[in-house]
Amino acid sequence: MKTEYKIIVDLIEEKTRVLDVGCDDGTLMESLKKDKNVDARGIEISKDKVQTCVSKGLTVIEGNAELDLKQFPNDSFDYVVLGQTLQAFVNPEIVIKELLRVGKKAIITIPNFGHWKVRLNLLIKGTMPITESLPNDWYNTPNIHMCTIKDFVKFSKIINFKIFKSLALTNKNISNINNSNLFYKNLFAELGIFLIEK
Amino acid sequence: MNIKENIKTLVIKKPLKLDCGKTINNFPLAYETYGSLNKNKDNAILVFHALTGDQFVTGINPVTKKDGWWSYAVGPNKSIDTNKYFVICANVIGGCMGSFGPSHKNPDTNKIYGTDFPVITINDMVNAQVNLLDHFEIKKLFSVVGGSMGGMQVLQFISNYPDKANTVVPIACTSNHSAQNIAFNELGRQAIASDHNWSDGKYLSNNTLPDKGLSVARMAAHITYLSKKGLQEKFGRKLQERDALKFGFDADFQIESYLRYQGSVFVDRFDANSYLYITRAMDYFDLVKQFDGNLSNAFKKTKAKFFIISFTSDWLYPTQENKDIVIALNAIGADVGFVEIKSDKGHDSFLLDVPDFLKTLKNFLDKSYSER
Repeated sequence: MKTEYKIIVDLIEEKTRVLDVGCDDGTLMESLKKDKNVDARGIEISKDKVQTCVSKGLTVIEGNAELDLKQFPNDSFDYVVLGQTLQAFVNPEIVIKELLRVGKKAIITIPNFGHWKVRLNLLIKGTMPITESLPNDWYNTPNIHMCTIKDFVKFSKIINFKIFKSLALTNKNISNINNSNLFYKNLFAELGIFLIEK
Repeated sequence: MNIKENIKTLVIKKPLKLDCGKTINNFPLAYETYGSLNKNKDNAILVFHALTGDQFVTGINPVTKKDGWWSYAVGPNKSIDTNKYFVICANVIGGCMGSFGPSHKNPDTNKIYGTDFPVITINDMVNAQVNLLDHFEIKKLFSVVGGSMGGMQVLQFISNYPDKANTVVPIACTSNHSAQNIAFNELGRQAIASDHNWSDGKYLSNNTLPDKGLSVARMAAHITYLSKKGLQEKFGRKLQERDALKFGFDADFQIESYLRYQGSVFVDRFDANSYLYITRAMDYFDLVKQFDGNLSNAFKKTKAKFFIISFTSDWLYPTQENKDIVIALNAIGADVGFVEIKSDKGHDSFLLDVPDFLKTLKNFLDKSYSER
């Protein structure tokens, strides 16, 4: 399993209700059920992946987070997980607010656009960066709102949500992000993982 | 109508108060079963049929001698695996395959009911069928499954009997008919009523059949079961056994011939009055109204696991109407999964060989059964 998923599983308490937004093939949901005895639900936009989830016995609805989070009442989940898709939404602000309305807490992961490879790519080549975690060309990428770890921290102040825990993933190593190391983490982390609250 | 000898019938002695206010008792409910009930009696699936279906879900229908209406989905190793599950299906009341319906004789007058038969509802159908659980001594069904009007019965069933099923699978259905749905049904009913032979529903006593009217009703309805794309790909403007237009009103186009055929075979197996009664039941069905405008309340008492399936090309009960049920369930934190299956086969997709659908249905049932 991806290190990212392991970190998320560790962040989630046992026997809670979790909504995985963009649950993909259900890998994370499966381990949440198995390791944390979680009541897990998923939303996934791809029909094929919904069908894969069903074959694993997971409760998943086909849908789009921007349209379909509306149907869930306030605080209906203990956690809402959004893995590496915030940058693909038309309006990330609305999505974060929806996540924090539906869930008491949210876990958001973002591919870090501040990573040195990304910066170097643009600086040296002068073309839009293509890396392992950002494999698409500018014209076919679903990512329309890329941000850096620093941007996300700034965003928390702008739209007013609390970051409870921020973790950086660098070469499968996990470390804490704080004010003093933000500059370095923003340069070296491939992924930022944030546990947030209203 | 053929003599229906091979039909299993349960006589329901318990009085059933219908929504129309009348009470019926000692009435027949025709049913069929497939597979076998296990020792714990926890492997039973109650399948509900659609408007023109019957209890003969799979195998050869002993009355029509044709394949059962859900042969693709039900049988050994199929989506609803009869090696594993005990499948029960009953002919709805108001129907014409042995259950209490308008072609039966009224014991008080010794005359065929015709339109004197009480107007029945989806709620009445479900309340009649729940008696089968007592008959088989089943406390809780593993699942209730049905498409189209069968899906309406699924929704009504779990709403009426929240503890009587572990899983709930409404397919290609709606919680109430749109004006367009009612309009198409009314077209069918008027086609029947305007057939001279219908004689205000007394045709069986007159030894005639309103087969022209019933056949037109079927033709119109059949169009609503298919998609524009599906029809275009299958028929387009192809001509029927001719090289050129004949400049007349014979069936020049293949689609005309196809619809006429569908109409003509339908009248051999279906009763016109039953068609009136069942379409009326569908039009009257409104689970939203039953719960004062809040569909969520229909499901508040159940802990069952729901799985809802719609089809991309179904314009009779479009995805959004299926999704409204999902939304109502999510609003109360119910356990609900949902998928829209890609298919060009229209509303009829659930009856046809649509591998993604059949696979998904099987996966849901088998996985839920092993985790129960």
